[in-house]
This record gives sequence, structure tokens and C-alpha cells, in this order.
Amino acid sequence: MATANKKTVLVTGAAGSLAKRVIARLHGRYNVIAVDFRRKVETDAGIPSYLVELHKRGFEDIFADHKVDAVIHIGRMFAHERDRTQRYNANVLGTKRLLDLSRKYGVRQVIIHSTYYVYGASPYNPALLDEEAPLKASEVTQDLVDSVEVESLANVYLWKHPDLNITILRPCNVLGPGVRNTMSILLARPLVPVLVGFSPMMQFLHVEDMAEAMILAFEGNKPGIYNVAPEDYCPYQQAVTECGCRKLPIPSIPPMLPRTISGALNWNAFFPPYLINYFKYPVILEGKLFRETFGWKPKRNLNDIFSYYRKQKLAAKAAR
Amino acid sequence: MLSFGKLDLKERALAHLVTPEIEQLVASIPKPVGSFGYDPWGYNEDRFKVALGFCKLLYEKYFRVTAHGLDNIPAQGRVLIIGNHSGQLPMDGVMVGVAAATNPHGPRLARAMIERFFPTVPWLGNYLNALGGVIGDPVNCAKMLEMEEAIIVFPEGVRGSGKLYKHRYQLQRFGNGFMHLAMNNKAPIVPVGIVGCEETMPAIANLKPLARLLGIPYAPVVPSLLPLPARVYLNFGKPMHFSSCANEAEVTERVEEVKAELRALIEKGLQERTSIY
Repeated sequence: MATANKKTVLVTGAAGSLAKRVIARLHGRYNVIAVDFRRKVETDAGIPSYLVELHKRGFEDIFADHKVDAVIHIGRMFAHERDRTQRYNANVLGTKRLLDLSRKYGVRQVIIHSTYYVYGASPYNPALLDEEAPLKASEVTQDLVDSVEVESLANVYLWKHPDLNITILRPCNVLGPGVRNTMSILLARPLVPVLVGFSPMMQFLHVEDMAEAMILAFEGNKPGIYNVAPEDYCPYQQAVTECGCRKLPIPSIPPMLPRTISGALNWNAFFPPYLINYFKYPVILEGKLFRETFGWKPKRNLNDIFSYYRKQKLAAKAAR
Repeated sequence: MLSFGKLDLKERALAHLVTPEIEQLVASIPKPVGSFGYDPWGYNEDRFKVALGFCKLLYEKYFRVTAHGLDNIPAQGRVLIIGNHSGQLPMDGVMVGVAAATNPHGPRLARAMIERFFPTVPWLGNYLNALGGVIGDPVNCAKMLEMEEAIIVFPEGVRGSGKLYKHRYQLQRFGNGFMHLAMNNKAPIVPVGIVGCEETMPAIANLKPLARLLGIPYAPVVPSLLPLPARVYLNFGKPMHFSSCANEAEVTERVEEVKAELRALIEKGLQERTSIY
């Protein structure tokens, strides 16, 4: 039951593996409210759970019924979940609604979970991109427009409404048990597409470390924009091997070809046409600002992260 | 079974290139890498060793490099190595890289700036990254200097490497970017006068329309597509320190200082050279 002397935190995307871990860490110390658009999440006793779309009517009722102190906005609709318009509505309009409601109901802190995709993958990218680097993702494809727009929206509110205490986190690839983002679905597969002659550097973060980062950002409350990434790097094709996957070489020239192949074979969930460039060119983040501001350091290394996918495949093989 | 023979050959070739000496040199280079042996730009120790083994042979046997003033390259800490560019293919960068990596006064990984179109070429982009090459973006350079790395810069860029043989050993226009980097990051500049690379690929003409068509910086008419075995002389000068200054005219003056030093070092190399090939 909600207790008066504890802060109330609303967590979106509660059905996802990252949000679940964030909720588990908050539980007990805060009154948590779980929200998801996909399904009503089974939660521990004392955590109210709602099935609601952020840009629909019912979302406001939650703010009316509970005195929400902080929002941790993790929920995001992925490209493979609905079509482009629905995704735009859910992600961009949903975030705008969330920020407007936060203002209306006096929420004092908002954490927004963004992505490194906003920087865009380009051959001209320097490594160790700072938070000030331009967000070039929408240049390349309309399918990432929503990610960039969520960010610019959050940015506008960050400067216009300092009382909302907005913190935007841009993590690198988050992997681990239960994670259902594109990269995790990809590396869980036995046969994985790679572009011939291209193996960009990548950064990976264990979902537990990311959950920890979100809690630190929430409790530290230092508004701003932060990259969240470790100081360790691995080329994509090596990550594929380390995860126990076999490589499926895809011709990379002309540039249209891999996109066409991905589209024709409907690889939307794990190797979508609009993310092809991220398997070709690097997007390496400078994570120093976050590490130093919040005293965060990932506890799990690359081998810990990859071994989960490796063991998963061995187990599947043994079961057969 | 057949593949065993091939594997054996490959391993023997590798053992020939990656000698214990190379192993030891690379191990003593002050260069932190992540858990899989990579840095943020994709540098990889194992691939660097193989390339160094091969390029060291070129350095000693093919171009028969004579290097002076290697003690001017600091054994650690940030530094910009500034040289004159020539020879169509960046053999000058490779030779300076080998000189730095095999420096008896303390081996360094000297990073080269690569052309912006390389990352779009399959294999080549990743491979050059693995050897320490990065695209010449000011952000990259600033980050690397912050991490106390050594960087090779040819401020003439393609103006220098693509020039014709009749313009040999004439410094082309220098960009001011390297001076800003040196000043903003408090990095010393070590000038290196490179003699011999002009003669590795003397160009009689530059087919500009062909270059445009192929989307490459220049298309030279050359006697041989492989670099000729010219003797190479490297003269490293004393480190130059520059404090920050307010206006661009002063920056240009400082660039001129570096150019004057380079001209003297090139002259020194030309004087000591007794035979071109």
C-alpha cells in the first residue's frame, strides 16, 4: 500500500526487462507505479500496475489518482512492434503527453531512457562522441525520426521547465537475460547477418548495470543529457562469434543491397533495413560525464555479457 | 586435412613476421586497450603486430630508412608528429609509424589520419583502424591527445601527397588545424623532415577528370603502380611548444615557424643523401 512518507515513482515500459529491474531496485524504498502499453504487468504486492497507452485518455487518470513525484520513462515502442505511425504516436506524442502531465501534476523529476541510435551511424563519425555531438540519425532514415524527436522534445522541456528536473540517458547496446531490443534478439539467434568487409566497433552494457545507472541518475538528480557506456569496445563480428552465433555474410556493396535483402526477408525484428548502417559504421560513445557525475562503473564485463548468449545456445543444443 | 597444410603455411608466415622482437616492442608500447584488445577507434594489437612485422621489413630492406633524432619523440605523453607529405601513396606515414614503433628510445604507437572515404571501403576501413589509423576529424585528434597518444599529421593533406614530381620538396599550403590542436591540448609538436618518398612514386601529371569520376583525391600518371625502392631519410626535430594565442594571424605565424623548421630538416636529409635509389 502507498505510504505517505515515501516518494511515488511511475515507471513506464514496465513489462520490459530493464524496467522490471529498475522496479525491483525501487521497490520498498519508494511507492512504485508500473505502466505498460503492451500488457498489464504482474507485479509484487503493493505495486499498482496499469495497461495504458501514454497518448490515450487513461494515462491522465493515473496522475489524478496518485501523487506522482518522479517518472522514469523507459517504455518505447520498437520498430517491429507496430507500424510507423503508431510508433510515432506512442513514442513522440506519448512522451509529450507524459511531460505535459508531469508539469500539470507537479512531478519533480523525469528520467528519459533514450538510445545511442540518435547519433546516427556514419563513416565520418569520430569515436567517443560527446553529448554535444549532433543527432544525425534522422538524416539517414525516417524510422529513427521518433527517437530523435523524443530527444529534442525532452530537450525543449529540459530548458523551458527546469522544475521538471529532466535527465536524458543515452545508453549503448543494452544486453542480457530478457532484453528484447534489436541487438539482443539478434545475438540470441543461431545464425546472424554480418556485412561483408564491415565490423564496426561497438559498446555493450549488461541490463543490470543499466538498471543501476538509471537508479543512480534518479537518486542523484542532476538534470542533463548523459551517454551511458563502458570504456570497453568490441567489433560487431567478434561480438557475434563470442555470443556463439554463426555468421551469415551479406554483400555490402552496393549499399542498397543489404537493405533490400533485409526488407525482402522481413528481418525487421533483428536486422531491420533502417539499422543496417549501425552494423557498418561505428557509433562509439564517450561515457565519462555520466561515470564521473554519478560515480557509476559497470560491474559486468564484455565476457559476462556475451557468455549469457553463448550458454543460452549451448542449452538449446543440449535440449534438442 | 588439406586445410592443415594451409594453416601451417599461414602460421609459419606469421611467425616470420611477428618475431619475438616485434612482440616485445608492441608489449612495451604505452597503449591501453579493452578486454578484447581493442581501443575506441578499433586499434587492435594482434593485427598491428603483423603489419609492423611486414612494414619493418619494408623499412629496413626496401626503403633502407635512415632515421635521426628519434630521441625527440617523447617516450610517453601526448605529441603531434608533423611531417611533409609526398609520394601519392602514404608510404611516408607508414615509415614514420615504423620509426616511432621501433624507436630504441621508447616505442610509440603513432596514429595516422586516414582519408575520409576509407571507412566506406569494405575491409580496408576496418583494417586501417586496426593498425591505428583514424579519420582526420578534430574531435578524434583532441580525444587521442587527451588520452596521451602520439599522432602523425601531414598538414598539407592531399595537396602534399598528390603533387607532381616537378614540385618535389616544396611545401604546399598548410592547414592551421594542427596548430589549434597543439595549442588547445598543450601537445608538443615534433617536426619530421621526410626525404625519399617523393621518389617512390614520381608523378608526371594528375588526371583530374578521372579522379573526379572515381571519387578519389587525385589520379597520378606514374611510371610504376608500386612504390619504387627509394632510400628514405627521416630527420626528427626538437619538440616545439606553443602556448595558446588569441587571433588566427598569430596561429598562421606559428605554422610558418613549423614550416621553417621542416624546410631545414628536409634540407638536412637532402644533404646527407648520396644516392636516390
